Amino acid sequence: MSQRIPVTELTPDFRGRAEEALADGQLRENFRVAMDSLMTKRANAFPDADEREGLRELGNRIKAGALSRLPDLLEQLEQKLTENGIKVHWAETIEEANNLVHDIIEARKGSQVVKGKSMVSEEMEMNDYLAERGIECLESDMGEYIVQLDNEKPSHIIMPAIHKNARQVSKLFHDKLGEPETEDVNQLIQIGRRTLRRKFMEADVGVSGVNFAVAETGTLLLVENEGNGRMSTTAPPVHIAVTGIEKVVPNLRDVVPLVSLLTRSALGQPITTYVNLISGPRKPDELDGPEEVHLVLLDNGRTGAFADAQMRQTLNCIRCGACMNHCPVYTRVGGHTYGEVYPGPIGKIITPHMAGLDKVPDHPSASSLCGACGEVCPVKIPIPELLQRLRQENVKDPEQPQQVKGGGAKYSRTERWIWRGWQMLNTRPALYRSFLWAATRFRALAPKKAGPWTENHSAPVPARRSLHDLAARHLDQNGGRPS
Amino acid sequence: MSQLFYDAAPNATRVSPEREADRHYPEKSEAVTLFGTCVVDLFFPEAGLDAIRLLEREGVRVHFPQEQSCCGQPAWTSGYRDEAKAVARKQLDILDRSGLPVVVPSGSCAGMFRHHYPALFADEPDTLKRVEALAERTFELTEFLLKVCKVQLADRGAPSRIALHTSCSARREMNTHLHARELLQQLEGVERVDHDHESECCGFGGTFSVRMPEVSGAMVKDKTRSLMDSGAVEMVTADGGCLMNINGSLEKQKQNFRGRHLASFLWERINGASAGEVA
Amino acid sequence: MSARGNILGKLRDSLAGTTPRPDEFDERLVTKPWRYAPGDRIARLRSLMEAVHTEVHQCRSDNWPELVAELLNKRNLTNLLCAPAKEHGRALQAYFEATEQRVELLAYDQPVEAWKEELFWNVEASLTGTLGGIAATGTLVLWPDRHEPRLMSLVPPVHIALLKASEIHDNLYDMMVSQDWAAGLPTNVLLVSGPSKTADIEQVLAYGAHGPRELIVLVLEDA
Ligand code: SF4
Repeated sequence: MSQRIPVTELTPDFRGRAEEALADGQLRENFRVAMDSLMTKRANAFPDADEREGLRELGNRIKAGALSRLPDLLEQLEQKLTENGIKVHWAETIEEANNLVHDIIEARKGSQVVKGKSMVSEEMEMNDYLAERGIECLESDMGEYIVQLDNEKPSHIIMPAIHKNARQVSKLFHDKLGEPETEDVNQLIQIGRRTLRRKFMEADVGVSGVNFAVAETGTLLLVENEGNGRMSTTAPPVHIAVTGIEKVVPNLRDVVPLVSLLTRSALGQPITTYVNLISGPRKPDELDGPEEVHLVLLDNGRTGAFADAQMRQTLNCIRCGACMNHCPVYTRVGGHTYGEVYPGPIGKIITPHMAGLDKVPDHPSASSLCGACGEVCPVKIPIPELLQRLRQENVKDPEQPQQVKGGGAKYSRTERWIWRGWQMLNTRPALYRSFLWAATRFRALAPKKAGPWTENHSAPVPARRSLHDLAARHLDQNGGRPS
Repeated sequence: MSQLFYDAAPNATRVSPEREADRHYPEKSEAVTLFGTCVVDLFFPEAGLDAIRLLEREGVRVHFPQEQSCCGQPAWTSGYRDEAKAVARKQLDILDRSGLPVVVPSGSCAGMFRHHYPALFADEPDTLKRVEALAERTFELTEFLLKVCKVQLADRGAPSRIALHTSCSARREMNTHLHARELLQQLEGVERVDHDHESECCGFGGTFSVRMPEVSGAMVKDKTRSLMDSGAVEMVTADGGCLMNINGSLEKQKQNFRGRHLASFLWERINGASAGEVA
Repeated sequence: MSARGNILGKLRDSLAGTTPRPDEFDERLVTKPWRYAPGDRIARLRSLMEAVHTEVHQCRSDNWPELVAELLNKRNLTNLLCAPAKEHGRALQAYFEATEQRVELLAYDQPVEAWKEELFWNVEASLTGTLGGIAATGTLVLWPDRHEPRLMSLVPPVHIALLKASEIHDNLYDMMVSQDWAAGLPTNVLLVSGPSKTADIEQVLAYGAHGPRELIVLVLEDA
């Protein structure tokens, strides 16, 4: 798992990767411990269920309200940002976005970029794009830095290096940076601090993501604990923010509940160490801050999700990661199994719009639909409902027009016929009862192997008599009267 | 938050439904329909029979329409909407014939009636009305016993220690995860112990268990481990799917520990041992 | 067609025939649970900030420079970045001169480019004012300006912040609305709720990731 796998070259083999991950005891332990702790922290951050539910509902209403007037809001945002001196760029594809970023860097003859945490830049695979053009693009979030140093992808959207333990990080720092080995987390962090501090100072350009873009005031809001986001957006002479078009909210006050939902759901913190509101480049009388600030607004499939009112709800997401923290599947297989930028439940519902459902055909099925994700999502995205919808899109006839990009990848004539047979059995009472009769009378002949089921279970043996039989006899005997 | 807003356009931006108020329960009816569910029908029929007995003990007459089969959930969760809908329509017709309250000894099938039938028939306004009426009169067994019948259970069994597994549908769709606990609390001789990661899914998920056997298997292994580590002598659950999953796994692992349907457990407790052996 | 035109066009098409949802903001949800008796605000802020390794001192508005000297000396720090153009900077300077402190006072009085190396590697501590505080989350609000630029509260390993007790608000919403932030924000606003930290390795909390290792808050009550 050490090579970066671009989204576009995924092998659609979720099961194979899951099997490997499940066999890795250390990895499973790392995830279980981490997810348990994140779940507990979240629960403690919302001691009052009514308060929590009220806030989630408000979060949902704010995001839905924003989506219901998204084009107008984006125009308002652009106008306000422009008034504030921030230059706005639009990109339909990741190629366009990378090009825009590259052009801005070129114009400044930049060669060193330092990056705050940004999932959209991961989506763009910006590091690779810039590296191919001779520009060093260094991650500065500790977790992202570790992952980048090891040529990996983040395994969690909030905790990118959660799959690694201190020993593994120590070895990595030793091998790549020549640092003496230590499993003391404080010392490891100080190594990162020293190395990156020089980079912040020297960088020509800083790149960041955006948590919320406020249309009313033309403000970009970023939350973080480390200070690397502040460094990246303040120390270099140019700041480029990249974000998806869904991150805009109407009013400044909207960020109050949204930030609270975000930091409490993600980390169980009442607020992150830093909340950074950027409303413009350095003014003539100011002494620091970037001389130029740019915002790149990226589509990359979001307008596709937006086109479908049910799928549009996916764009409520504020990237808190709570859905993966609470997901029993994610906890067991870890982020890399998903083979995409966004793992876990949110990944399953957003990736099809970006890469196409045919690139991730197993993902909608990799869920027991237990509902834990939907229960915790701070903006109330009905994730299980959307997974179910994707399952429908997955098995549609590929010859027919598709509603979701890459739909129909799991179409199988045989399976369709099996379900037709199942339908017949369950809509014709006489047939169903004959089936019950046969299954119970010939129970001894029940196969000892029942496909994948018997990998984990003993072979199912029908009862001696069906409930249909038992109930009929019982109700007959006492005339259906209460005993 | 209750500003009224209605945009009928099908492409209108959606908001989450208003939070469900606590369910309002009707007076106990004279008769009900039992919807057995296909898993109970074939694999745990005695649990279905015990559910009937428990209801009769409360003076409720039980109907069991012989035409019933499956609620349609397997096809629905597999993405086969049309097939699910055909089966759902059939059950709807059968259950509408008497119009009686419907009691279901499985959280996930009750959840199918209450929450997924409306989604299946959203595009048929006339049927949707019938579906909503069905949702309104569908009860999970524990819910019906506790909230509608206001059952009082006198324990006649020997002291025992058990773990309770609640299905995800009961917990997150039906809001009935506390009902079974309350019922068990009425039994003097029964101590319910918590198990590790109690709210976590057992890994069944219908066809998930055969489409993703590796992940599902890891989940059920963890679940069975924590059940056995809890100090309980057995597990009870009010969901046939979870029961099949958990017991099948335990048997495969050659463990002696087993789970049982709550209906059978309750019936046995209030009648003393060996009450369940009929048929 | 431009990317902008395409994106906006697609979004508009998808919304054809729909009406925007009304604004359903409910300010009670972000204020009611976060209201405190005036006397409890300091205690709330203090306990939350201390829980994340912030050192909080309550002192009088006329004797705090003494405490600053003490804190610096205790840590053997040799310099402090402050803003002599501001009232608190002047007060500090006056005290340090009068008492002949060894600590060198530095000013951020030139563009960062002119002294980046020194700022990043040689400045040991900084002292800034704040616009106020927030009791609900244990937060300082900073509006950097010419005299106390953005990096001043970020780069030096120790940050000392002055917070007037009278400027502690119950919650962010109240503060933002009562001061009408929406009417115009400075280029950068910062909410700071502790020293820099990370839990990126094994979820073990480590302080001093990229920003200050130490945050010291002096809550100033009227003399
Ligand atoms: S889908 Fe919801 S829970 Fe998951 S990351 Fe997005 S906002 Fe958080």
